Amino acid sequence: MDHLAAARAQMGTSLAFHYIFAALGVGLPLLLAVVEGLWLRTRNPDYYRLARTWARAMLLLFAIGAVSGTTLSFELGLLWPAFMAAAGAIVGIPFSAEGFAFFIEAIFVGIYLYGWDRLSPRAHWLCSFPIVISGALSAAFVTAVNAWMNTPVGFRFAGGKMTDIDPIAGMFSPAMPTEVLHTTLSAYVFTAFAVAAVYAAALIRSPGDRMAAAALRVAMLAGAVAIPLQIVVGDVSARFDANVEPVKFASEEALFATERGAALQVGGIPDQQARVTHYAIRIPYLLSILAFENPQAEVRGLDAFDRSDEPPVAAVHLCFDLMVGSGTTLLLIAGWWALATRLGRRNPKPWLARAILASGFLAFVAMEAGWMVTEEGRQPWIAVGFLRTAAGVTTAPAVDLAFYGFTLLYFFLAITLAVLLLRLHARDTPEPPAAALRRAA
Amino acid sequence: MMSPYTLVVLVAFVGLGSVALYAVFGGADFGGGVWDSLASGPRRDEQRELIEHAVGPVWETNHVWLIFLVVLLFTCFPPAFAALATGLFVPLTFALAGIILRGAAYAFRASATFDPGLSGFWGHVFGIASIITPFFFGTAVGGLTVGGYAWNSPFALGTGALAVVLCAQIAAIFLTLETAESALREDFRRRAIGSTLALAAMGGLLLTLARVTSPATFAALTRPEARAGVAVAMLLGLLVLALLFAGRLLAARFVVALETFAVLAGWYAEQAPYIIPGTLTYRAAAAPPITLEVFLWFTAAGGVVLVPSLLLLFRVFKSEPQAPASDEAG
Repeated sequence: MDHLAAARAQMGTSLAFHYIFAALGVGLPLLLAVVEGLWLRTRNPDYYRLARTWARAMLLLFAIGAVSGTTLSFELGLLWPAFMAAAGAIVGIPFSAEGFAFFIEAIFVGIYLYGWDRLSPRAHWLCSFPIVISGALSAAFVTAVNAWMNTPVGFRFAGGKMTDIDPIAGMFSPAMPTEVLHTTLSAYVFTAFAVAAVYAAALIRSPGDRMAAAALRVAMLAGAVAIPLQIVVGDVSARFDANVEPVKFASEEALFATERGAALQVGGIPDQQARVTHYAIRIPYLLSILAFENPQAEVRGLDAFDRSDEPPVAAVHLCFDLMVGSGTTLLLIAGWWALATRLGRRNPKPWLARAILASGFLAFVAMEAGWMVTEEGRQPWIAVGFLRTAAGVTTAPAVDLAFYGFTLLYFFLAITLAVLLLRLHARDTPEPPAAALRRAA
Repeated sequence: MMSPYTLVVLVAFVGLGSVALYAVFGGADFGGGVWDSLASGPRRDEQRELIEHAVGPVWETNHVWLIFLVVLLFTCFPPAFAALATGLFVPLTFALAGIILRGAAYAFRASATFDPGLSGFWGHVFGIASIITPFFFGTAVGGLTVGGYAWNSPFALGTGALAVVLCAQIAAIFLTLETAESALREDFRRRAIGSTLALAAMGGLLLTLARVTSPATFAALTRPEARAGVAVAMLLGLLVLALLFAGRLLAARFVVALETFAVLAGWYAEQAPYIIPGTLTYRAAAAPPITLEVFLWFTAAGGVVLVPSLLLLFRVFKSEPQAPASDEAG
């Protein structure tokens, strides 16, 4: 494997792995805050047991997220030293803000986990709030760096170097607002449907499980709020791409030739050499309408740009469709759930439970495919317009060996973690404090 | 506004401060893992339990010092970060693998109690990873010191070994105060004395190695500024030993932290004003003043939120549980 491919593969694997834990680390505290709040309000012991079970899961996930995040901070230098030498003075600032947000999160995770019997119930519940807030801020700061790579600002470019650096302007790059919202929401969407899927499986196995029903209701409510928001933000993001990142947009839509009244192409196989997309379903005028709210609007295709600036079109287009398709299906499932169970007042029927089970996987696919769209869609640039990915990569030897090693390691860890999470039974958690139940009675 | 020079000095000291804190707190964590794999004698299981209990609350939190250091390096000294990450690719990659394995193994071991085989396996991984990580960080520092990023030179390998022993010493002293049981405390006091002696021997060996294999490093280590750091570290080491013999454990805990700071100060003085010996000074590697300034402001603002949060964390840990003990120790 050549240097660039090995470095990209290792970074990609590390990010894809970290993304799962980072997303659950952002999303799970919110669900925890909700169930613990419900426990305080209703004194229903099921909510207490759920909170204790999810807290244990949060600890495991947080631990793995912390180490995989530490890994990434090293890999920025180990794999992309030239990029960091050029851009560190700008992108370092949001990274340092993220460091502090992470520290706060770690401290409150510690307080939360050890404070069950040491804090008053209300104080303990309130300690989940800083976790929720700092988790979301971490996601926002890190995504701000990625947004900068898409739309770099806050410097002058002279003689191949960035000068007159303004790190604050770099933090608020044009792509930042939409990308931060879209990424942070993806964490809530993924967590909600992943948790819902776990408890849908439990309900399929034992339909009378009241705790599973309660968990499913909370998770699906969160999902039903998050997914429509996500689709709206996704639409705004795509229109942002159409205006500001047209090369990425043309690749997402596999549009090779500039067109007025452009059709939306769903699926198909883009052939970048032959400049055509085979077997796609074409919906007339829809792309012009979606991008510019005008059926006759001109949409710039890849022919409007330099061919050496093109990303791998097939990967970007198919991942984009995979993301949109999975996201739309999630919306349908959430809608079905909302209607059929009257927002969780009834238990789902078997077919709905199976659909919810599938939604966990779909949410995972949507999240990772979306990430691929961002990363592949930016290629061949590491900082669009200024620095090519190939120019950022390390010159150190044995990068490919490191890639194989880390991939093996991650694979191994993922398997173990999955086994352990599946063994995490609610019945192993402590009972709610008797005093609290007496108060409720 | 502060002069660019002042900014560089401030940022460099913030960076050295985080190295020092990582060495002490992270060192105690790694050392805990070392003693976990070396647990022996009639109280073997009790020793492991104590380590798990003492490390538990903070085990991954201490990586924030490392993350902070990495972020500081690439934000404030980008070319130095790039050069270090390229030159020291191999030891840093191994250290990184150690960090991943250690953190994961700790969590897995605690969650896999239903299967003694599985949790035993991850217990071994935890111990081995706790040795690998400081060893390779040590070789990276040693390789940087001798120049040419020769992390596999005798001096660098010696530095790696010294780092492991230092972690073991810090952890043993730390652990003596984490138990009320006198036999267990005695176990770790003996281990603390042994590792302090081993550290002294390692230090002597390292100086000899420098003298034989790298006269330039030896000359730099015996420069007046560096000599002061080394001498202070040695004196503090002796003081630690005396306090351990006298059973003054709390004092020993403070002095071992000072000893660690002195070792790092000696190392800093050995290569200042160079961040990378012979190639790049702190000033030449520094990012534009605006970045340094914003970074320092962010650090100050972060500190304002962090300090009260940390105090709350310590208060919660120190307070007695109101109900039967929590099960969240892992």
